[in-house]
Amino acid sequence: MTKRVLVGLLLAGLVAGLAQGAVTIMVLWSGDELAAFQKVVDAFQAKTGITVRVESVGRDLPTILATRVAAGNPPDLAGMPNPGQMAEFVARGAVIPIGGIVDLGQFPKAFVDLATVDGKVYGIFISADLKSLVWYNPDALYAEGVAPATSWNELVYITQQLAGRGKTPWAVGLESGAASGWAGTDWIEDIMLRTAGPDLYDQWVAHEIPWTHPAVKRAFELFGSIVRNDAYVYGGTTGVLSINFGDSPAILWDPVPGAYLHRQATFIKSFIAGAHPQLVLDRDVGFFVFPPIDPQWGTPLLGAGDLISAFRDTPDVRAFLQYLASAEAQAIWCGALGKLATNVNVDPGIYPDRLTAQAAEILKGAEIFRFDASDLMPAAVGSGAFWKGVLDYVSGVPLDQVLQEIEAAAQAAY
Amino acid sequence: MNMGRAHWLYLAPALLLLGVFLVYPSAETIRLSFFGPRSETFVGVQNYVRAFTSRPMLIAFRNNLLWLGVFTLFTVGMGLVLAVLLDRVRYEAVIKSVIFLPMAISYVAAGVIWRFVYAFRPAVAPQIGLLNAIVVGLGGQPVGWLIERPWVNNIALIVVGVWVWTGFCMVIISAAYKGIPREMQEAARIDGANEWQVFRHVTIPFLKSTLAVVTTTMIVFVLKVFDIVYMMTNGAYDTDVIANRMYNEMFQFSNYGMASAIAVILFLAIIPFLVINVRRFRVQEAVR
Amino acid sequence: MKRKLLLKRLPVHLIVIALAVVWLAPSLGLLVSSFRPRQDLLSSGWWTAVITPSQWSRFTTANYRDVLTQQGMGRAFLNSFLITVPTTLITLTIAALAAYALAWMNFRGRQLLLMTVIGLIVIPLQMTLIPVLRMFNAFRLSGTFPGIWLAHAGYGLPLMIYLLRNFFGALPRELFESAFIDGATPFRAFVRLVLPLSVPVLASAAIFQFLWVWNDLLVALVYLGGFEEVAPLTLRLSLLVGSRGQDWHLLTAAAFVSMIVPMIVFLSLQRYFVRGILAGAIKG
Repeated sequence: MTKRVLVGLLLAGLVAGLAQGAVTIMVLWSGDELAAFQKVVDAFQAKTGITVRVESVGRDLPTILATRVAAGNPPDLAGMPNPGQMAEFVARGAVIPIGGIVDLGQFPKAFVDLATVDGKVYGIFISADLKSLVWYNPDALYAEGVAPATSWNELVYITQQLAGRGKTPWAVGLESGAASGWAGTDWIEDIMLRTAGPDLYDQWVAHEIPWTHPAVKRAFELFGSIVRNDAYVYGGTTGVLSINFGDSPAILWDPVPGAYLHRQATFIKSFIAGAHPQLVLDRDVGFFVFPPIDPQWGTPLLGAGDLISAFRDTPDVRAFLQYLASAEAQAIWCGALGKLATNVNVDPGIYPDRLTAQAAEILKGAEIFRFDASDLMPAAVGSGAFWKGVLDYVSGVPLDQVLQEIEAAAQAAY
Repeated sequence: MNMGRAHWLYLAPALLLLGVFLVYPSAETIRLSFFGPRSETFVGVQNYVRAFTSRPMLIAFRNNLLWLGVFTLFTVGMGLVLAVLLDRVRYEAVIKSVIFLPMAISYVAAGVIWRFVYAFRPAVAPQIGLLNAIVVGLGGQPVGWLIERPWVNNIALIVVGVWVWTGFCMVIISAAYKGIPREMQEAARIDGANEWQVFRHVTIPFLKSTLAVVTTTMIVFVLKVFDIVYMMTNGAYDTDVIANRMYNEMFQFSNYGMASAIAVILFLAIIPFLVINVRRFRVQEAVR
Repeated sequence: MKRKLLLKRLPVHLIVIALAVVWLAPSLGLLVSSFRPRQDLLSSGWWTAVITPSQWSRFTTANYRDVLTQQGMGRAFLNSFLITVPTTLITLTIAALAAYALAWMNFRGRQLLLMTVIGLIVIPLQMTLIPVLRMFNAFRLSGTFPGIWLAHAGYGLPLMIYLLRNFFGALPRELFESAFIDGATPFRAFVRLVLPLSVPVLASAAIFQFLWVWNDLLVALVYLGGFEEVAPLTLRLSLLVGSRGQDWHLLTAAAFVSMIVPMIVFLSLQRYFVRGILAGAIKG
C-alpha cells in the first residue's frame, strides 16, 4: 500500500514540468485581476492560436522574478514590480528592447519615456492608476457645508474649519505590512510636484539634488503640517501609522463619519466598496483632484501603472506584446477592472462606472504627468529608505535626521 | 565503538544533499560578499565595513541581541515548564495541541492573527484589537504596539515569536522528558526529596543535553529570524533584524554583495555556539 | 487523601490552564473572525461578536466558501501532499542514517563534521536560491517534484540530524554491546534497536519537517513555480489576499483550511509521545 502511494507520487512528480512550448508570463495578480488578464490571454489565443500560460506568484513576485532572472530561467514575459526594477533587470542585460516590435505611437509620450532606459524602450504600460485624487463622501461633506477644494489654501482652510468644529478632517493610513510607508511617499510626491515643479521633481528622482535640498524639505513639511497634526488626522499620528491604507477610507462612510477627506489613487475604489457593500459608487463616492499649491506649476498629475517587459525574443512573444499594447486588449483589461487605459485609441465607453471614466478623462487632459517617484528610484531608496523615512517622520523623528538618513541610503544606491 | 568503515555509507546521502544545497551556495555567498551589487566589480571588504557602520545595521544588531536574550529565555523556559507540568495532568494532549497550534500556522496567517491582537483604533472608536480593548477597558489610552520604540514594538514582535516557537521547545523537551525512567524520580521522592529537588537533581541533569539542543536551535533561529519582522513592520520604527536586512538587500534592493556579506556575518556569529556544542558532545560520549 | 492531592496539584492546573488560555486567545480571535463578514472585522472586536447574542445571526460561512471554491484548490491540496510527504520521508531517512553514524561510529574528523552540520542550520536558505536554481536548470530539475523534494531535504537535514544525533547519542552503550554479542550487524542494531527506541523523537522530527514544508511558499515558488499543476496550497492561499492585500479577511478562513492537515498529523503522532519506551528497553 505504502509502496503504491510512493510509486504514484514519483510518477506524479515526473509528469509535472511538462507542457513546454507555450509563451509564459509571470504576474502578481489574483482574483478579479487575474480573471481579467486571463480574458485578454484567451482573446489573444483565439485570435492567433498561440498558447499563453499565466503564472501568478502573488505578492512575492519581486523576489521570485529576481531569483529566476539571476539564475537564468526567467519567464518569457513578466509584470514588472515598477520601472525602477525594470531598469535594474535592463542593467543586468536580461530584458529585450521592444522599440522595433510594438507600435509606440499608440501611447502618450510620458508612458513611453517611463519605460525607456538609455534611449531604448523596454516595456509597455497596459494600464495606469491616477494617484492625485482626494476622495470624499458627498453627503457628509456637504452636510458640513464644505465644498471640494480648488487650491491648497482652500484645502488647509477646510481642514482647519472641520477641526475647529471638533471633527477629524483626514483619514490617512500608512500601514501596508512589509510595504508600510508607500502611501505617505505618494503624498510627498504630489506636494513636491506642486511646489517644486516637474523639472526639480525629475532631478530629485535621479538624485541630482540631495534629499536635504530645501524643496524636498518643504514637501515633507507641508505633508507634516497635516499628517503630524493630531487634530487633523483620524487616530492622531499613531492612528496614521497603525491603520492599514486600505482600511483607512472606510470611516468616511460610517453613519457618523470618522473623517471627511482621503487622498489616494483610483484603485482605492474597490476597498471602499469592500468595506461598504451597500454604497452606490457613482452616487455615494466622489473625488476631486489634489489641488495646486504654487500657482506657477498648475495641477500636475501623479500616477503609476502596470508595466510588462519581455525576457525572450521569439515570434510568439512579439505577437503577444503587440496584442497587449493594442486598444483591443486594453479595452478588455481596463473595462473589466476599472483601470485606466494607456493606449490613446481606447474608447472611453469601456469604463464600468462614471468615477473611472472621469478619472480617465482627467488623466487624458493632464498638462504635466509624472510617475510615482518612489517606483522610479533605486529600490534601496524608493522601496526602502524613503518608505521608512516617511514613517519615521510621522512618528516624530526630526526631519533633518530623516532626510540625512535617506540621503545616506541614496548615496550608496545611485 | 568500532563499527568498521561503513560510516561513509550512512553519511553519503546526507553529505551529498548538504553539499549541494548548503555548502556550495555558502561558498558562492562568501565569494559574492566581496563584490558589488551586481557581482561584477570586486570591492574588497567594503560591504563588511558598511555592514558594521551603517545605522540601520547597528540597530539590527541591537535588536538581534534583544531577541537572543528574551526570545530564547522564554521559548526554552516555557517549553520546559510545560513539558514537566503537562506530564502530571490528564488533559495533557489537549493543552499540548493548543500550545503547538501556532507552529502549524503559516507566517502570513500568524500576521493576520496578531493584527487582531495589536490593532490600534483611536480612543473614540470601538477597539478591534484585543490588547487595546483590555487597555481601554482598564481606563487607559490605546497604544500603538508596533509603533512605539524602542522597547514596546520590539517586545511586541518577540511575543509573536515566543507564541510560535514555544510549541517546538515543548514538543522536543517533552519527548526527552518521557524518556526519564520513572523509577529514578520515584526513588528520589522516596528518599524524601521534594518536587523542586526532584526537578533540580533528577530531571534537569537528565534533560541537560536536550535543553542544550533546544537552546542552540532557538539561538540559531533568532539569528535567522525574519518572517515575523518582515511581515509585521519590515523593520520600520527601529525594529529591523539582521536577516530581514539581508532579505531586503537581496530581493528588494538587488544588492547581492551586501546581502552576501550580511549572510557571512550570520555564519560567523554562530561559531561560538558551535564550539560549546561540540564540547558538550565530547562530555556526553565520555560518560555514556 | 484524594482531596489533599487535588489541592496540591491545584497550582499546576492553574498555571497550565492559564498558559493555554493565553496561547489560545489569538487563535480563537482568528477562528471567530473567520466566520464574520469583512465590514464587521473592521468595525468591532471579535469578542463582541461572541458575547452579543444579537450579533450571532451575522456569522457566515462565506469566507470559507470563497476559500474552498477557489479555482484549483483540489489540485493545490494534492500538490502540497506531493511535495510534503515524500520530502518528510526522505529527510528523516537520510537524517537518521547520518545521525547514527555521527553518534556511534568512530572515525577521524567526526566532531568536525558534526560541528559543520550543526553550523549549516544557520545558513539562510534565501541565499541558496540563486546558485541552486542555476544548478537545477542545468540538470533540468527546476519545475519538477523530485527537485523540490531534494531541496527541502537539504534545507531540513542539519536540524534533523542535530536533533536525532542528540537523542541517539544518549542511548546507553550497554544496549549495543549486548546486541553485538548476539551477533547483530551495525545496520541491524540501527533498525532493530535505535529506531524503535527513538520513536518519540522521530515523531516530533517528522511533525516539524512536515509542517515547515507544508507551510512553505518561497521554496516552492522558486523551484516549482506558480503554475496550477505544481503550485502548493500556500500559493492559492496567498493569492486570495489580492495584489494589494485588499482581501486579507479571507486569510482568516484560509489559515484554518491550511492548518487542518498539520494538526491532524500532530494529533495522530501524539500517541507516540509516550513515557518509558527507553526504560522498558533497558530493563528487558
